[in-house]
Amino acid sequence: MAPRASRVTDPGVTAGGPAAAAAGPAARVRGLRRAFDGRPVLDGVDLDIAPGEFVAMLGVSGTGKSTLLRALAGLDREVTGELSVPGTVAVAFQEPRLLPWRRVLANVSLGLRTVPPSGDPDAVGRRALEEVGLTGRAGAWPLTLSGGEAQRAALARALVREPSLLLLDEPFSALDALTRIAMHRLVLRLWARHRPAVLLVTHDVDEALVLADRVLVLASGQIVFSGPVEVPRPRDRDQPGLVALRHRLLTELGVNTEGQQ
Amino acid sequence: MPETANAGLIARQEGRDDAATLAAVPLDDPFEASPPGPRPRRRYRGWYRLISPVAVVLLWQLLSSAGLIPADKLPPPTTIWHTAVTLVTTNSPAYGTLQGAMLVSLERMAVGFAVGGTIAVLLALVAGLSRLGENTVDPLLQILRMLPLFGLIPVFIVWFGIGELPKIILIALGAAIPLYLNTFAGIRSVDAKLAEVGQVLRLSKGETIRHVILPGALPQALVGLRQSLGVAWLALVVAEQVNANAGLGFMISQATQFLRNDVILVALAVYAVLGLITDGLVRLLERRALTWRRGLLE
Repeated sequence: MAPRASRVTDPGVTAGGPAAAAAGPAARVRGLRRAFDGRPVLDGVDLDIAPGEFVAMLGVSGTGKSTLLRALAGLDREVTGELSVPGTVAVAFQEPRLLPWRRVLANVSLGLRTVPPSGDPDAVGRRALEEVGLTGRAGAWPLTLSGGEAQRAALARALVREPSLLLLDEPFSALDALTRIAMHRLVLRLWARHRPAVLLVTHDVDEALVLADRVLVLASGQIVFSGPVEVPRPRDRDQPGLVALRHRLLTELGVNTEGQQ
Repeated sequence: MPETANAGLIARQEGRDDAATLAAVPLDDPFEASPPGPRPRRRYRGWYRLISPVAVVLLWQLLSSAGLIPADKLPPPTTIWHTAVTLVTTNSPAYGTLQGAMLVSLERMAVGFAVGGTIAVLLALVAGLSRLGENTVDPLLQILRMLPLFGLIPVFIVWFGIGELPKIILIALGAAIPLYLNTFAGIRSVDAKLAEVGQVLRLSKGETIRHVILPGALPQALVGLRQSLGVAWLALVVAEQVNANAGLGFMISQATQFLRNDVILVALAVYAVLGLITDGLVRLLERRALTWRRGLLE
């Protein structure tokens, strides 16, 4: 048996902010393995995410994208291998996962309980809500929010922690197309301002191309492709510079782009 | 509040001739039309619900006055009212005063319920928050749940005598079981995905319990609270008729000996009113504590 993953991280302590993590990578993974009922899902994953780097991870369903993200989030104690996340981690899930019995502002400042903020938690929370355009909804109950609003509140809750690594687990997949485009712009704006390293798990090739510095493809439990997106932002999905990379990614994902099937 | 306004607006925009919606919103300015404040719908509901009970009491009075109901079997409401007034104003050697009896019963109920409720919530936390706790606590409470509550009375008399203690224990036991079961189920039904949020935000165990688990378990626990109040009142009525020398139950057993059905009915009515009051209090608590649930206030 391989030894349990050694986490060189103490999430309880506020190593704090991108600055503190600037010395090394925001996340470092070596030989990460995870099996469910004897079936390997992660089979020796190696990955470095640089501070402030926006990485998108693609993969068909069941390839372990979410498993890897959960391991980085510290939600999976069964992984083996080496895993190091020196700074503060924040996560936004596919569903907003707001606590329905706390008002929106209280949900956001809940993110601050273990990351002492610089100033009044309420003021910091309000500022975060302002950043995601939810100023007027601070006192609302989460169940009264629309899908997009709830997901923005979840982003605010993740960002108040000033994470050095922001994990996004298909956070836009349940939104309608127009809301999704608005969310892409919002995420890029927030990323430009706070500069966390981002790992975005998605099954949407265009989303990865529009947002990321680097795109990974996970298949058979390993990272089979890693390539930079060398088109300056803001990007458009129809930009010619993205065509070759899209083709390559789709091929890696096993989709024939030559027309038939 | 904006709902009615919007409904009216939409109805108007679509040119629908919907008299009901339009009537609710004056045509000049739909947004200023519905002032903030209590929604008009609920005001109607309040007294609507009083119609049928009042009608039944009136019918009862009419049938009694017409001689169709024998007064020695079921006295008319007026007689019961007079008896109630007499019981409140005179301190009779047989019954004492109604308010005195009520206070004694209320005290038994309060003590028994406080003890039973506290133990139930603590045990539900122990069982709900850990497997070890569940395996230790839950089997015992499931066994206790299956024991017939009132079948325990003779055993309690042998163990605890005929004083206050067996009565309090009976009430506490009756109150504890539904509250425990529902609180335990409520804790276990908290969405694991929300518990993960606590983990991701690195909340401590205590903070997770406070912010995620307890509020998540509250709706179910409040259902349990209402059930357990019902059982506790029932246990009080039964317990009080066993060798009590004060309280509403004592009043009833005295009245049985003097064949005073009117006194029995007064005591029963007091039980009912007390039960309604406590139930109303829990519902008020529910409304205040669960405002976050969509639809509850609409």
